[in-house]
Amino acid sequence: MTMTRTMPDITHHLSDRLLMAYAAGTLPEAFSLTVATHISLCDECRARLGAYESLGGAVLDHAAPVAMAEDSLAATMARIRAGAPDVPPAPRRAPGVLPAPLCDYVGGDLADVRWRPVGMGVKQAILPTSRDATARLLYIPAGAAVPDHGHRGTELTLVLQGAFVDETARFGRGDIEIANEDMHHMPVADIGEDCICLAATDAPLRFRGLIPRIAQPFLRI
Amino acid sequence: MFTEVHHCLADMAATPSPPAGRRAMRCATKRNRAVSGVASEKQTRVQQDAWVAAMIAVRDARDEAEFARLFGHFAPRVKAFLMRSGADATLAEECAQETMAALWHKAHLFDPSRASVATWIFTIARNRRIDALRRQRRPEPEDLPWGPEPEPDQADVLALQQDSAKLAEALAKLPEKQRVLIEKAYFGDLSQTEIAEQTGLPLGTIKSRIRLALDRLRHAMK
Repeated sequence: MTMTRTMPDITHHLSDRLLMAYAAGTLPEAFSLTVATHISLCDECRARLGAYESLGGAVLDHAAPVAMAEDSLAATMARIRAGAPDVPPAPRRAPGVLPAPLCDYVGGDLADVRWRPVGMGVKQAILPTSRDATARLLYIPAGAAVPDHGHRGTELTLVLQGAFVDETARFGRGDIEIANEDMHHMPVADIGEDCICLAATDAPLRFRGLIPRIAQPFLRI
Repeated sequence: MFTEVHHCLADMAATPSPPAGRRAMRCATKRNRAVSGVASEKQTRVQQDAWVAAMIAVRDARDEAEFARLFGHFAPRVKAFLMRSGADATLAEECAQETMAALWHKAHLFDPSRASVATWIFTIARNRRIDALRRQRRPEPEDLPWGPEPEPDQADVLALQQDSAKLAEALAKLPEKQRVLIEKAYFGDLSQTEIAEQTGLPLGTIKSRIRLALDRLRHAMK
């Protein structure tokens, strides 16, 4: 087994709010992608998701029923006999750095990411999701500052390779940072290895271009 | 953005159970309801076991009569769920039929040690809703390397189904206001306020049970 296939030691988990909203199916696609990617690496949050889905089941079971159309069962049996629709199977365990849900959006693993330089050695790749939120992969050279992309709204940052540190903590593979507008900090990629993150934000799309305001060039720590 | 449910549920999935003192207090205040509570929890439990048996008959024997029973109970609830989520009656009817057809086609994926039948149907209906109403993709976590177990341990199945029955009963017994807020969160009603108080729903036990099962399976895979 390679390092990337074992479950990483995760200390920064999804919030209950995010998990419940993902269980309910009310998150923007970019956020769902981030949650699904974290859960692919984290059994703890997978189990917590199971609990919130159980609550969804209880809510469904408790709902006051609405009568189905008269021929409904027959119509459904006809659908069944017409054959199974092409449902893509749940993504299988990915062997590389990117967990399966991300591979799906990238169309492969790290080697297939179409990076665009944004300055100071930092690269990004915006992933195709619905427009209510944006998901991007960020590549930050070891020791470099993470570009300040402005915490408007909520921003999730999930580490996939390497690590970053800020004033409060260290975030390694699988760790997720949940930042809101009042958060001002300057995370820096760990010196050991180039850092790759998945960042999702519900900030308006005009931020899509990510104008990097990299104040500090390379902070060596 | 996602709902502003600040809930109380907050710690619930994270902490296994409420402190003994609080639990004792709650028991005391509900003592007068205890007898009927136990009876109805048992009923819920019996009903859940019946749904599991029906699902397994659909899965293993492609049993149409059992499918019809599941349909009779769940299809109108899926339709209600979709209409509460903003679908009109026609779309909700169609999506409910699709959900039930998917139940038939995906029956081999149902794992009673991981979810009740209601929970499993909820996840299918939820995904139909995202697809049909929001027209978005739903990224799913990657599959566990072992896939669904062909024959899960019976004790695991019983325990999970029992916990699910307890959760269903606890939800039914919540004060109306709290219950409505939780329902709104799941129906995707975004005009959310907060669930300020502790609801005491037993989510932690289900989480711990699933977590243990995952640990055991990961260990077995090594």
